[in-house]
Amino acid sequence: MTHKTVRIGGLTRVEGEGGLVVHARDGRITGLELRIYEPPRFFEALLRGRGHTEPPDITARICGICPVAYQMSACQAIEAACGAEVTGPLRDLRLLLYYGEWIESHALHIYLLHAPDFLGYDSGIALAADRRDLVERGLALKKAGNELIAVIGGRPIHPVNVRVGGFYRVPARAELAPVAERLRRARDDALATVAWVAGFDFPDVEHDYRFLALSHPEEYAILSGRVATMMTAGDGRGTPEGFAVEDWPEHVTEEQVPHSTALHARLDGESGYLVGALARYALNAARLSPLAREAAAAAGLGPVCRNPFRAIVVRAVEIVHACDEALRILDGYTEPDRPSVPVEPRPGVGHGASEAPRGTLYHRYRLDEDGLVAEADIVPPTAQNQARIEADLRDLLAPRLAPGLDPPEAELAALCERAIRNHDPCISCSAHFLDFRLDRG
Amino acid sequence: MDEPAPRLAVWKFASCDGCQLTLLDCEDELLSVAARLEIAYFLEASSAPGPGPYDLSLVEGSITTPEDLERIRHVRRVSRRLVTIGACATAGGVQALRDFAGVKEFASVVYARPDYIATLDRSTPISAHVPVDFELRGCPIDRRQLLEVISAFLAGRRPVVPAHSVCVECKARGNVCVMVAHGTPCLGPVTQAGCGALCPSFNRGCYGCFGPMESPNAAGLNHWLRGLGMSTPELVRIYRTYHATTEPFRRAAEEAEEHE
Repeated sequence: MTHKTVRIGGLTRVEGEGGLVVHARDGRITGLELRIYEPPRFFEALLRGRGHTEPPDITARICGICPVAYQMSACQAIEAACGAEVTGPLRDLRLLLYYGEWIESHALHIYLLHAPDFLGYDSGIALAADRRDLVERGLALKKAGNELIAVIGGRPIHPVNVRVGGFYRVPARAELAPVAERLRRARDDALATVAWVAGFDFPDVEHDYRFLALSHPEEYAILSGRVATMMTAGDGRGTPEGFAVEDWPEHVTEEQVPHSTALHARLDGESGYLVGALARYALNAARLSPLAREAAAAAGLGPVCRNPFRAIVVRAVEIVHACDEALRILDGYTEPDRPSVPVEPRPGVGHGASEAPRGTLYHRYRLDEDGLVAEADIVPPTAQNQARIEADLRDLLAPRLAPGLDPPEAELAALCERAIRNHDPCISCSAHFLDFRLDRG
Repeated sequence: MDEPAPRLAVWKFASCDGCQLTLLDCEDELLSVAARLEIAYFLEASSAPGPGPYDLSLVEGSITTPEDLERIRHVRRVSRRLVTIGACATAGGVQALRDFAGVKEFASVVYARPDYIATLDRSTPISAHVPVDFELRGCPIDRRQLLEVISAFLAGRRPVVPAHSVCVECKARGNVCVMVAHGTPCLGPVTQAGCGALCPSFNRGCYGCFGPMESPNAAGLNHWLRGLGMSTPELVRIYRTYHATTEPFRRAAEEAEEHE
């Protein structure tokens, strides 16, 4: 009997800390554990007893890469609990802020974390030694996103201007003009990015996924919508179904697994669904901006993309969309007459979900009679994807661990890291990365 | 022959990654920094971690697990200069709120099987465990201050970072005082400068994300804040957020409670 263990130690170019242990016996995988050993920070516990205005600032601290997502889901959940709604120009400003985060986060992931995998570099900085022009384009793109966040939110990491009900101060039209100028250049850079990444050499892998993403009748959903799900069959088609965000707890449950500080989420009792760029694209591609749709078609994406390695192309298309939509809002921007709508606390429960760059982020708060948070529940994208990432890894490793084959562990570890990075996991959110161990016996 | 470039390492403990991301957010300067320093260990940015020793270690995050207690001692052993970046590494971070509640209760709220979770009772700053050469404040740190710390290291001098209050930055920026003019509660008078007085520039009060200034008079500020209608629980919460365990903010919260 042969017994194999693959071990990845300190997964790199991801946000947070994690590892992977694979056990194989006689060419069969007997165990595979994506281990998230990010130390738990207990946000859901420390939110108890805080005022109803506090979760947007506090939960931003869950993740330095997508603080806006935390702020948006938190605001919407609390507003829902209090019977308030943010609409019109204030909602447009929230969208703008969120597009900024999409642009900077996707540009960071594509240029500094993910693209080096396809080009044989250890980092974006190593890539810059040979192709400085490319990395500079990525950094310019990222900067455009960060500037959009800064002009509305004050700073790119943990913006200060977001409040329950809207904003503390709304930007004057003149403040936004320089950002619009930069975003026009960013849109060209984003189109060039799609063409660049579409030309990478992709492993020939396709999975049947059960996708979950927000869906909105008029928008490529980011800020709000219903929760849509879709099972891709062998031909890559499926049926979108949906449920309201407030029905989330009836459909999505979390369970703890011993090998991870991040919880595993299940959808209608089944584990292994996928959120993020591939899911959003499959469910909402028809509502991408015309320019983004053209870019997707030119990149050969089709209506549904089932090759996780090509998620980098979908992210690039999403940057085009974000630049395009942000420009559309900026061109029509008129200063809202008030920076926020009043949100009076009342006892009750509110649910909020939005599309973080890595996937659907759900928050639920119960407020007590004093308007304080009595209970908080936060379901981050990586916790939802963890089981599906494990399934991706099983599918990739199984044929390579067959009897008679003995690929070097370093090669397997590198492949697994790549497969994990396809999903841009934010491990700090979920409870960092990758410690790879293969136990071959 | 040229001297070899100094070797930089970036380490992460319990944190949100925001402070190390600040280095990648130096879009205009990142490639010039990379040309002056060898980025020898930076898991978030590179798959080729190189062995120590390192000339400069930037440490993000607080110590919350038995393993991390060991790991920070290792980081100190392999680092010539050790600089902590951000509220978690310099003050324990928002996760230090466990110190006021008890970690067992916290774990049981989040996890069905808290026994699977290895965690310490308290979230402590790096300086509680090993000598630290410099502490950079902020939740998150400020990009310009990070560049100042790196430039100072390269020049072999002490970083120039102000210890005065946010109020000084606010005046320099020409802001109207949100507390005096609008009656908005603000921690600016007791909070260390560094952000550029961001919150008051957005018509909100400072919420203390750079931690206490050099010589804060929190008791005096509490008197003002009460006058603006803040209740005792609100006062306690405003100090017990991102720098709850720092001595001045801890005392300010206690003072508020005793006043009751």
